[in-house]
Amino acid sequence: MLYREAGQFKTSYAADQAIFPILQDRLALVVLLAAAFIGVPLVANEYWLSTIFVPFLCYALAALGLNLLTGYAGQVSLGTGGFMAVGAFSAYKLATAFPGLHIVLVLLIAGLITAAVGSLFGIPSLRIKGLYLAVATLAAQFFLIWLFNRVPWFTNYSSSGVISAPPRAVFAHIFVTGPEAQPVGKYLFALTVVALLALAAKNMARSSTGRAWMAIRDMDIAAEIIGIRPLATKLLAFAISSFYIGIAGALWAFVYTGSVEPLAFDIDRSFQILFMIIIGGLGSILGAFLGAAFIVLLPILLINVPTLVGLNIKVTTVTNLQFIIFGSLIVFFLIAEPNGLARLWQIGKEKLRLWPFPY
Amino acid sequence: MHFLYSITIDPFAQIIAAPGFFLEVLVGGLLTGVMYSLVALGFVLIFKASGVFNFAQGTMVLFAALTFVGLIELKLPIWLAAILTMAVMTALAFAVERLVLRPLVNQVEIILFMSTIGIGFVLEGLGQMLWGGDVHTLDIGLPSGPINIGIINISKFDLVAAIVAGVLVTGLAIFFQRTRIGRALRAVADDHQAALSVGISLKQIWVIVWTTSGLVALVAGIMWGTSLGVQFSLTLVALKALPVLILGGFTSVPGAIVGGLIVGAFEKIGEVFWGPAFGGAIEDWLAYMLALVFLLFRPQGLFGERIIERV
Repeated sequence: MLYREAGQFKTSYAADQAIFPILQDRLALVVLLAAAFIGVPLVANEYWLSTIFVPFLCYALAALGLNLLTGYAGQVSLGTGGFMAVGAFSAYKLATAFPGLHIVLVLLIAGLITAAVGSLFGIPSLRIKGLYLAVATLAAQFFLIWLFNRVPWFTNYSSSGVISAPPRAVFAHIFVTGPEAQPVGKYLFALTVVALLALAAKNMARSSTGRAWMAIRDMDIAAEIIGIRPLATKLLAFAISSFYIGIAGALWAFVYTGSVEPLAFDIDRSFQILFMIIIGGLGSILGAFLGAAFIVLLPILLINVPTLVGLNIKVTTVTNLQFIIFGSLIVFFLIAEPNGLARLWQIGKEKLRLWPFPY
Repeated sequence: MHFLYSITIDPFAQIIAAPGFFLEVLVGGLLTGVMYSLVALGFVLIFKASGVFNFAQGTMVLFAALTFVGLIELKLPIWLAAILTMAVMTALAFAVERLVLRPLVNQVEIILFMSTIGIGFVLEGLGQMLWGGDVHTLDIGLPSGPINIGIINISKFDLVAAIVAGVLVTGLAIFFQRTRIGRALRAVADDHQAALSVGISLKQIWVIVWTTSGLVALVAGIMWGTSLGVQFSLTLVALKALPVLILGGFTSVPGAIVGGLIVGAFEKIGEVFWGPAFGGAIEDWLAYMLALVFLLFRPQGLFGERIIERV
């Protein structure tokens, strides 16, 4: 009854082309953004902000990037961790080499560098696809992590191989990285970046670029015949996806952990983000967020539920249980709902439109 | 300049100066390659028969080895442990077919691929929950120590591994070429529908291939477990099977062997002679880079079937 678009007439092309054509969706989005920008900082304590919300935002951004590539353009990548590392390390090199550079510029340039690296490793996608491409991106993953581990230049010759984010402020004295930064500031900064990039992704996905990606995904030869250039389209998908993933990696190193070593971006990270988009929904912006929330919250839930119920399970057992539950959930989602949580949400909305009168 | 020298001239100078050492590295690499082939074989079997790229093969190797070693630590005799592990792998094959593959019939291959990642996670958690996540040493009395052939020393264990791999490949080749089931497997690999229409049961075939690759995983697990210890990193070794497959072609049993040999020799020689120039440990990615270059020029691999696509 509440979620119904009856009576909302579109009288101009602009209204017809709006991102959220339905009034209730717009209201929901405004409420959600208000909750995220005002509600969360007021309610959540420091622990929640820095261990749940900020990592969630980093994961969501990386998942968003991978979803553009895998979900929309259909190119499977297992190199996400490696590209996140490129983002993190190039941001570090930029921030230390040019201390005057503003943090937003650092993130953007780090994203662009990752985009360049991503397109380089995307070149094989012109000849191969599917599983073969997955193996090719594994090369990127292992090579990049090795590079950051072995070449001391990237860590400014730090003996431990760990990089620490230098303190940087967005405005005069509002630090978002380094020891002086407050969790609230970090959270709001990450949230702003993610919100803006998500908006851009949403628009990109429904523009001609996004349609070209989907055509390539559904059948590349047919797409080529109707005049989509596979070279440009695929490489663009790799570049833009890597741009997002690179910024996610930079945020991870600068805003979330503050100091990071290359091993934080190993192959397991790539898998984790791949699972986010499978569980959240391939080819959906919302899905990236739902999947990230799911994967960030599930371990916390699994750790806390036994103690809440009064069971005393060993930590190792919980870790192993996590593996089993992750695995089963992935298989379950692929069988029951290959389109993930985002699709469930959509079905829910369809139901809501009719409720409470089914006809 | 020094860098250029150390990658273009120095390695060759070293090789010429000590040909015996080079030969030793080469043979060592080839024998490691045989071990890669063992893992790669499991992939090829499943891919050939069902078109599923089984990413869980590495975890299956770990799982089989963990089960085997766990049973031995329970003071069971080796033969009984082996039989019980085989039984477990067979049960696993049935479970995978019934719970994962059957509901996913007719899905695109990427969905099947991702579901095997899920299977891998379940096995990883299950194996470590049942048998613990520690490093287990596995010693079933395989010979060790170096053996002298002419001017070079090679490890007896590697030689045994090579012989086992050889026997396994010959056995599988005969199984594929000469038996009824083997013919049925090849028919399924060619065309699911045509195979069904001549009365071949897809379900049965899938259980058979998953069981076979489970057994191959067990053998690979025993071999790798003996040389590295049974531990989590075995799954990473299994990832090395991917470049092997790219080189050899996803659908070719001999390809898996040849690919394994090339990858093994290539990365050992690269590591020993070119590694120092790059700061060492280039073994980690050299194989993948080789595969990447290979993909650009010959995507179907050395022995794979040509990929032809139609709209």
